[in-house]
Amino acid sequence: MAERKSLGQEFSKGLLKENPVLRLVLGTCPTLATSTSMVNAIGMGISVTLVLLCSNIVISLLRKVIPSKVRIPAYIVIIASFVTIIQLLIKAFVPALDEALGVFLPLIVVNCILLGRAEAFAGKHKVLASAADGLGMGIGFTAAVFCMATIREFFGSGTLFRGADSLLGLFGVTSFTGIDVFSHIPGIEPILIFVLAPGGFFTFGLLMACANRIAERKGKPKAQLNSCENCPMAAACTMRGGACETDAKEAVNA
Amino acid sequence: MKVYLAILLTAILTENFVLAKFLGICPFLGVSKKLNTAVGMSAAVIFVMAMATAVTFPINKFLLLPHDLAYLQTIVFILVIAALVQLVEIVLKRYIPALYQALGIYLPLITTNCAVLGVVLLNVEKAAADTSFGFAASMFNSVGAGLGFMLAMVMFSGVRSKIEQADIPKFMQGLPITLVAASLVSVSFLGFGGVIEHIFG
Repeated sequence: MAERKSLGQEFSKGLLKENPVLRLVLGTCPTLATSTSMVNAIGMGISVTLVLLCSNIVISLLRKVIPSKVRIPAYIVIIASFVTIIQLLIKAFVPALDEALGVFLPLIVVNCILLGRAEAFAGKHKVLASAADGLGMGIGFTAAVFCMATIREFFGSGTLFRGADSLLGLFGVTSFTGIDVFSHIPGIEPILIFVLAPGGFFTFGLLMACANRIAERKGKPKAQLNSCENCPMAAACTMRGGACETDAKEAVNA
Repeated sequence: MKVYLAILLTAILTENFVLAKFLGICPFLGVSKKLNTAVGMSAAVIFVMAMATAVTFPINKFLLLPHDLAYLQTIVFILVIAALVQLVEIVLKRYIPALYQALGIYLPLITTNCAVLGVVLLNVEKAAADTSFGFAASMFNSVGAGLGFMLAMVMFSGVRSKIEQADIPKFMQGLPITLVAASLVSVSFLGFGGVIEHIFG
């Protein structure tokens, strides 16, 4: 660590400056897949945040015990255990969410954000800093997915917070089932394609363009895939210095 | 046989892993820039998907389910896949160097590819919901998913080579235009909806 950062800085960098989705381009699959409705986005965001917080804490605690040669499998086992716990909790208490997220709930295991943060941060830093980092990154992920889901649900289904009773049911509130916006305006139909797969790619592309524009104004580089220091597999990757890095360099030069 | 053909075509066209299910987006965006890397990566994915299904399906059926351990699926499967990828890499390096040259560099990247764990989990889910969805159906589904991945990668690498030569507005350059292009490719796959049902009834 070149300089000591305060816990506040470790927490807040994940929100905007190093937002995992829009700046580091990690976890694209769940971002695209779970942003079909705002409730799904919040559910997925909370699950990822909890797993990230717990796994960062445990990995940081064990950072001196785990031999560096087997650290990746060890991280995967730790992450998979927490994912299983979250999965069982959601199945028991919010079955509707389990159905909506489907296979993407267990797939948190292979979400690059988790392994990426374990490798880039938790394996090298103290427990409190790692917890702050995990919480910040998790909330940053949630915010980005929520932002996308708001756009997609509003245009695609014409509603806001549809199906909110499944989450709010946990707190005993079942009367609020979302706001139906478009049905109050006669003659306007929602644009179905926004909740389908193409709309996901499209919305993500536009959000990424906005994020790049803001970053450019502040003199920061554009977000791009394949920047090897963020890739969790960088250590094991034989493409390093090969195809993957030259692609990244070409993108920088272009 | 008709059933298996339907499963295969559904996995390739209507339920395309990348363009309809959002699995394996990282390699789809990352390694699709050149045709040869796109083909190499997808060949490795097909290979690992088939191997992973061939190993995890019996583990699930004869080890996890009889002992009420279904909740361990996620942990067991990811470990099996990680070990399998390592093993495949070692075996290929030792015995089939030519194939290792072609696929080897992509193998470590595949361990954490959500498409592989995804196909394994989806197979188990389908088998649990429908008893007629057995080992053979799972294998066809996996190979179909891999072929669908390859189709998407190859098509997209063609689209990207055109983008390279286009004059793109500055704010859309790089990742944003790639995602918008992916969106258009994905629209074309929406057209396959219903085709399989009409052919096979």
